[in-house]
Amino acid sequence: MPEGPPPAPAVQRIRLRYTKRGRLRFTSHRDFQRAFERALRRSAVPMAYSAGFTPHPKVSYANAAPTGVASEAEYLEIALTEERDPERLRAQLDASLPPGLDVVDAVEVRTPNLADRLQASVWRIRLDGVSPEEAERAAAAFLAAESVEVERLTKNGVRVFDTRGAVASLEVSDGRSGDGARGGAEGGADVRPGRACAILRLVVRHATPAVRPDDVLSGLRATADLAPPVPAEVTRLAQGPLDEESGTVTDPLAADRAAASAVPPATAGPRATATA
Amino acid sequence: MPVESVFPRLEALLPHVQKPIQYVGGELNSTVKDWDACDVRWALMYPDAYEVGLPNQGVMILYEVLNEREGVLAERTYSVWPDLEALMREHGVPQFTVDAHRPVKAFDVFGLSFSTELGYTNMLAALELAGIPLEAKDRTVDDPIVVAGGHAAFNPEPIADFLDCAVVGDGEQAVLDITEIVRAWKAEGRPGGRDELLLRLARTGGVYVPRFYDVEYLPDGRIGRVVPNTPGVPWRVSKHTVMDLDEWPYPKQPLVPLAETVHERMSVEIFRGCTRGCRFCQAGMITRPVRERSITGIGEMVEKGLKATGFEEVGLLSLSSADHTEIGDIAKGLADRYTEDKVGLSLPSTRVDAFNIDLANELTRNGRRSGLTFAPEGGSERIRKVINKMVSEEDLIRTVATAYGNGWRQVKLYFMCGLPTETDEDVLQIAEMAKNVIAKGREVTGQNDIRCTVSIGGFVPKPHTPFQWAPQLGVEETDARLAKLRDAIRSDRKYGKNIGFRYHDGKPGIVEGLLSRGDRRIGAVIRAVYEDGGRFDGWREHFSYDRWMDCADKALAGSGVDVDWYTTRERSYEEVLPWDHLDSGLDKDWLWEDWQDALEEVEVDDCRWTPCFDCGVCPQMQTEIQIGPTGKKLLPLTVVNQG
Ligand code: B12
Ligand code: SF4
Repeated sequence: MPEGPPPAPAVQRIRLRYTKRGRLRFTSHRDFQRAFERALRRSAVPMAYSAGFTPHPKVSYANAAPTGVASEAEYLEIALTEERDPERLRAQLDASLPPGLDVVDAVEVRTPNLADRLQASVWRIRLDGVSPEEAERAAAAFLAAESVEVERLTKNGVRVFDTRGAVASLEVSDGRSGDGARGGAEGGADVRPGRACAILRLVVRHATPAVRPDDVLSGLRATADLAPPVPAEVTRLAQGPLDEESGTVTDPLAADRAAASAVPPATAGPRATATA
Repeated sequence: MPVESVFPRLEALLPHVQKPIQYVGGELNSTVKDWDACDVRWALMYPDAYEVGLPNQGVMILYEVLNEREGVLAERTYSVWPDLEALMREHGVPQFTVDAHRPVKAFDVFGLSFSTELGYTNMLAALELAGIPLEAKDRTVDDPIVVAGGHAAFNPEPIADFLDCAVVGDGEQAVLDITEIVRAWKAEGRPGGRDELLLRLARTGGVYVPRFYDVEYLPDGRIGRVVPNTPGVPWRVSKHTVMDLDEWPYPKQPLVPLAETVHERMSVEIFRGCTRGCRFCQAGMITRPVRERSITGIGEMVEKGLKATGFEEVGLLSLSSADHTEIGDIAKGLADRYTEDKVGLSLPSTRVDAFNIDLANELTRNGRRSGLTFAPEGGSERIRKVINKMVSEEDLIRTVATAYGNGWRQVKLYFMCGLPTETDEDVLQIAEMAKNVIAKGREVTGQNDIRCTVSIGGFVPKPHTPFQWAPQLGVEETDARLAKLRDAIRSDRKYGKNIGFRYHDGKPGIVEGLLSRGDRRIGAVIRAVYEDGGRFDGWREHFSYDRWMDCADKALAGSGVDVDWYTTRERSYEEVLPWDHLDSGLDKDWLWEDWQDALEEVEVDDCRWTPCFDCGVCPQMQTEIQIGPTGKKLLPLTVVNQG
């Protein structure tokens, strides 16, 4: 049986940041992958494919947020067989995906290992029905603890996590007073009047096994009996390199951007000229 | 009056259910229209799980046809799984559409698509969750009109109590006609309430309104007659037939879900109807005559559909796709156009001949040749004559030899058990056939590692087919016959290991049989099953045979009829069948003759290439066969470079 010609080589790699907003936060990572690969086809992106009988477009995904958690900062990398302007590609892909799955940033890859730079995430947890005072108290108790261990059932059985150790910072604000906007494209004006609402903003270090925002909530319950009456709404606001001193998370694509503006486009043998 | 989205209330429940993405809508190519700018609003339901319902071709077509019209909106709703149902009941969240999450009760028309009778209990769950009274007689002018369509609607009698009306046949034009009648009635200020609207629909002759018909029974339990009880209501209701498929290129923008579904490809219906004349096949009988989409029409639909969806596979659908007069040019043309783009082509291949192998080769030009599927349906030559599946064992073996010679390694064979006149001997022939297939495969390839899978299910006699009079085989007999076949296959030293055996036991078939050929008395059984918790009857893990039998015993007690009466009893020529007043165009006498021919093992040809054999459809429905060849070819597409 003929195997066909070898797949065309990749000449350019692009890193993208995308979101999972509003109701599309219920998209699982598998669902997203299928939707993204179809969007690549609809926008006729010249993808590099793996070899073999069932060639797959070359896409690598990093550290996806769990199903049900919204995100402003998910990352992936694609390999192309022809050069493309990152910003135009971003706009095309964004238009091809349903609103809520938005492609919001694109850079040409100039530096190795994006995954290594994703050191921590900034999470926002919206707790409806919890007063900011109550949340403050719980946060203070949590932060005062040496370690806060919680258990969760994982693929490998029940594991114990130290949630306190993973948390670099934790702040509380009042959900009724303006910071109540949800990560949702539809959620901008969703400050529900007259109801207690606390917003937690936390920076969590990425570790193995990963400590998830719901583990921190379990930790708050364990240390301070914090029990939200309705499911918390969780949004990843950012992920990237962690500055331990200031506790801030910076843009993981900054290095690529800096390299791109310092050096003119690298030339790697004969290839199509970049489309303007 | 603005209608509020239930989404905020639903959203709070979603973190607690499996696969929440199926309830949030927002699929690519879905449509949300302004409620107040529309005066006729349809909620369309496929009464099964989202993963099965979303890709349903019929619903997708109607959704688009309706939404394209000014002033009309259509939204979709599917059955919710029991985990969400329980939460919705607890928190008072009603059945909602996935498009704008509007409550189903707020719509003017609630249209349900029944491809299978096993969706009936799910309809009751949806009605109750929607807050719509289960029985049509209890509904008010503020409830939607509940209308059923799809193949099962050709015998709507078992669900007659729950329906306001039913439409048989193609829905494209029918839903637009209904829309106009609803629009006019609303514009006039809803004169005469629900009854007046239903009467206007019934008088068209194309909408069946069960409450305008009385069913009279004979002392022995059979039906005496079915009589219209309201002036102006016709004795029989006609099916709808859409002519010239090129004028109906739907779906133009197939829905692309985020959730995983059973069928993820860009499907194009390449023709509708089938006159091969397999006697067990309801779909073939009720969708006559054959109407082909032209090769150029197909090419255009594929091109636009792929652009709109990004699907990586195209399915060329119909009841027997290799029969399209220009299938060779279609397959080659599409393969030429799309191999570069790594778009796969598939066609549900069922016919057994060498031509099909050429086609399959063309479709898999650059892919892996893994499995080919054929449906001989019957194991012995004799039984294949009974069912009018004209294929000989030599044909099959020759075809299989070609397939293996072309690099295919696995053959799947589909069969039925319990066909009229069938004996153990007929079914045991299946084992012989499978062995011969493997022997041939080994001979042609010189390899031992050849696989053949036998898949077999129980036969269910269906309305509007020549087998509508036939006795269905009981559960024990079906299971015993299947066990004999399994043993015959497993015990074979030489080939047994290479034959896969997949079968369905006889129980679901009996329930399907009860619902397929039931009459209005079955409504009480369906309701009892629903109230006892029955849902998702098409799913093995939810289906309960015992519950169905218990509920049937209770609901039918004292009526003189029981499950056997409906299923394993043979009917006579004179018997009035519950669906006789629904006109599929098929002449009942022709069906009877075909039934007699079956018993005498006489075959009948296909009217596409032999003279009309007077099944009755074309003159009765004023339709005609529409087939090519057009002689046209698919030209390569000009490459548009995007950057
Ligand atoms: C032919 C067929 C196939 C063919 C082609 C499919 C196709 N054309 O869509 C092939 C082989 C590819 C196929 C594949 C599958 N099929 Co299939 N298939 C059928 C079959 C026999 C006919 C479907 C058909 O002709 N559709 C063409 C469309 C255009 O017609 P339609 O849906 O009837 O709709 C028209 C009218 O009926 C009417 N109408 C429909 N609803 C309504 C509602 C209202 C209110 C009105 C007014 C009118 C109306 O208007 C529509 C437009 O004219 C049905 C059985 C049946 N009785 O329907 C099973 C059936 C739908 N398939 C089934 C299954 C399981 C599958 C597969 C998942 C099998 C598998 N495991 O892979 C796949 C998935 C396909 C998919 N798209 O979902 C099941 C579904 C079971 C369920 N729980 O609902 C069915 C019911 C068979 C069965 N009894 O098991 N299938
Ligand atoms: S009426 Fe004649 S031509 Fe038309 S479908 Fe029946 S047999 Fe074929």
